[in-house]
Amino acid sequence: MKLIKLLAGAAIAVGLATSATAQDKTKVGFVYVGPVGDGGWTYEHDQGRLAVVEEFSDQVETVFVENVAEGPDAERVITQMALDGADLIFTTSFGFMDPTINVAQKFPDVKFEHATGYKRAENVSTYSARFYEGRAVQGHIAGKMTESNIIGYIGSYPIPEVIRGINSAYLHAKKVNPDVEFKIVWVYTWFDPQKEADAAKTLIDQGADVVLQHTDSTAPQAAAQEAGGVITFGQASDMAQYAPMPRVSSIIDNWAPYYVDRTRAVIDGTWESVDTWDGIDTGMVEIGEITDAVPADVQEEALGMIEAMRAGEYHPFTGPINKQDGSVWLAEGEVADDGTLAGMNFYIDGLKGEIPQ
Amino acid sequence: MIRLEKRPEPSRTMSYATPLLAVLATMVFGGFLFAFLGKDPIEAIITIFWDPLFGEFAFFYRPQLLVKAAPLILIAVGLALGFKAGIWNIGAEGQYIVGAICGAGVGLAFYPLESWVIFPLMALAGAFGGWAWAMIPAFLRVKFGTNEILVSLMLVYVAEQLLASMALGAMRNPEGRGFPGSRNLSQYESAHNAELIAGTGMHWGVVAALISVIFAYVLLTRHRLGFAIRVTGEAPRAARFGGVNPGRLILFCLGLSGLLAGLAGMLEVSGPAGQITIDFNVGYGFTAIIVAFLGRLNPLGILFAGLLMALTYIGGDIAQSQLGLPAAAIQVFQGMLLFFLLALDLFTNYRLGFGREAAA
Repeated sequence: MKLIKLLAGAAIAVGLATSATAQDKTKVGFVYVGPVGDGGWTYEHDQGRLAVVEEFSDQVETVFVENVAEGPDAERVITQMALDGADLIFTTSFGFMDPTINVAQKFPDVKFEHATGYKRAENVSTYSARFYEGRAVQGHIAGKMTESNIIGYIGSYPIPEVIRGINSAYLHAKKVNPDVEFKIVWVYTWFDPQKEADAAKTLIDQGADVVLQHTDSTAPQAAAQEAGGVITFGQASDMAQYAPMPRVSSIIDNWAPYYVDRTRAVIDGTWESVDTWDGIDTGMVEIGEITDAVPADVQEEALGMIEAMRAGEYHPFTGPINKQDGSVWLAEGEVADDGTLAGMNFYIDGLKGEIPQ
Repeated sequence: MIRLEKRPEPSRTMSYATPLLAVLATMVFGGFLFAFLGKDPIEAIITIFWDPLFGEFAFFYRPQLLVKAAPLILIAVGLALGFKAGIWNIGAEGQYIVGAICGAGVGLAFYPLESWVIFPLMALAGAFGGWAWAMIPAFLRVKFGTNEILVSLMLVYVAEQLLASMALGAMRNPEGRGFPGSRNLSQYESAHNAELIAGTGMHWGVVAALISVIFAYVLLTRHRLGFAIRVTGEAPRAARFGGVNPGRLILFCLGLSGLLAGLAGMLEVSGPAGQITIDFNVGYGFTAIIVAFLGRLNPLGILFAGLLMALTYIGGDIAQSQLGLPAAAIQVFQGMLLFFLLALDLFTNYRLGFGREAAA
């Protein structure tokens, strides 16, 4: 029993040694949860990969595997990349967290970067973007533009990142339109055009004339276009093919600068485990062009918000804000701390319904 | 003129040869597909079929092959018994999920107590959960004559909702910082379905799969019940005259396949997967249907079919990362396998005739 373990360990070590010496190129691996053609989340990560290729051309080699299921399959794919000699591996879905940590323990010389998780190690960094800043802009535009005062929201999974987005959008919609009501549908998937389209149609049937989505495909955009008179926002990617209507703006995840930076750090040997959470200020979160379907004054207000957040003058979660149960969360002028935001598991005052438990 | 002639009786040779021919045809046409995508077809085929078994890192992939194939085989063996008798359990995915929930539930209920009884209890609970979930379509079929295909399939979606509810509510890890998903059972020794020999991939699921193959083989070839299953599938009326009680056979076949699927789910959640999450199920219950047919509904055939299917998954992922093949191309490749199998199956019952039709 011991002997086999020893042999396996030795074999891994040999594999590592050969892979480290046999190459001069830095090998960067990417593990994607969806297909690169999803037009949203995975598409933008792959754009980041292409930016790395462009920046370093001959110095790096990139590899990727798409459509990887979260769980044992992810662990196998990540291990495989490490065995094949990757020096840096980006795992780009929350569900890859435990697999990434497990593989990282076996390959101490390989650097890992896990998106949207909270477990770190000597050779595992985490990174995420403050999408809630973009949600604030969406909420503002949505609150101003809705005529039915019903805003539909397609939630993927009830995890803090998604709940943060709902709270931020609602807060800013309510600010400009006290009568606004949010209807939320949970689809339990990041990418499933059929389910996303069904959810969008349901929301539109219930009177929503704005549909916000936290899922990755363009199916809700298509559903809104078909229904007519409904506005949407591009999610993760610009989704400009649906502009100027229904898509009136978008949140774009721009991973390229981060991926280029981290790859350079590995090449230079300066890589360290960090926890990155960037927003509009560094350009990790971008707001796609606001189309002319939005009235000029609303456009201007939205642009003003973006500038204020870029300059660090405005935080979307600034008190007074109460929780759904009426208790005080943030007092007048108080700003939410990152710890609470990172683990956010409550709705703010005014939102109806419960977070699925 | 070429035409199809019905064989007087199904060809045994063809019945064994079609899986091999289907694999060969898939390699050839898959090779064309890869070539059209601008990849070297030979290299792609070698990457998918050879590298996981004999390549540089085979020491890692071979155990993974067992890990991936075990649930497929375990589920497919149970399904095949029913399919042979014309009893169609399409909902193994649901039974797999419920088995995992029940098994994990028992384990989590004992946390953090350490005792050797916990794991056997979890296995019993998992098997029971799968069995009970399969009893719903079985009972409805026997009592009210409902269609077990529809009922078992619809129950998959019910099970998925139940899984989401467990991951978000009752089984959510209280130390998980608000994220869904249960505690990781791999960090709870008494509930962990660990490798029996480190580095080999051999966990209890692999053992259970092997035992189920032997058990099903003996049942089909040596036992009266196996005879009843075969006769019912081939000649239902004859079976009835022969004293087979169709209702009891339905309860037995659906129950057993549910039990094995539930066991597979429990062994997966306590082993390779580790935790109950919303996305815990990845389609093993459906893929097992393909495995059952690829293996000719024969337990030994299923053993090889399960390993082959696992090979295409693992090799497919390697080909994606090393050769840059898109995931969709790998899926088309896997689809071809079933397509060619079904197409070539025609020649088990028919043969090509040349020239004019003989006078009747």
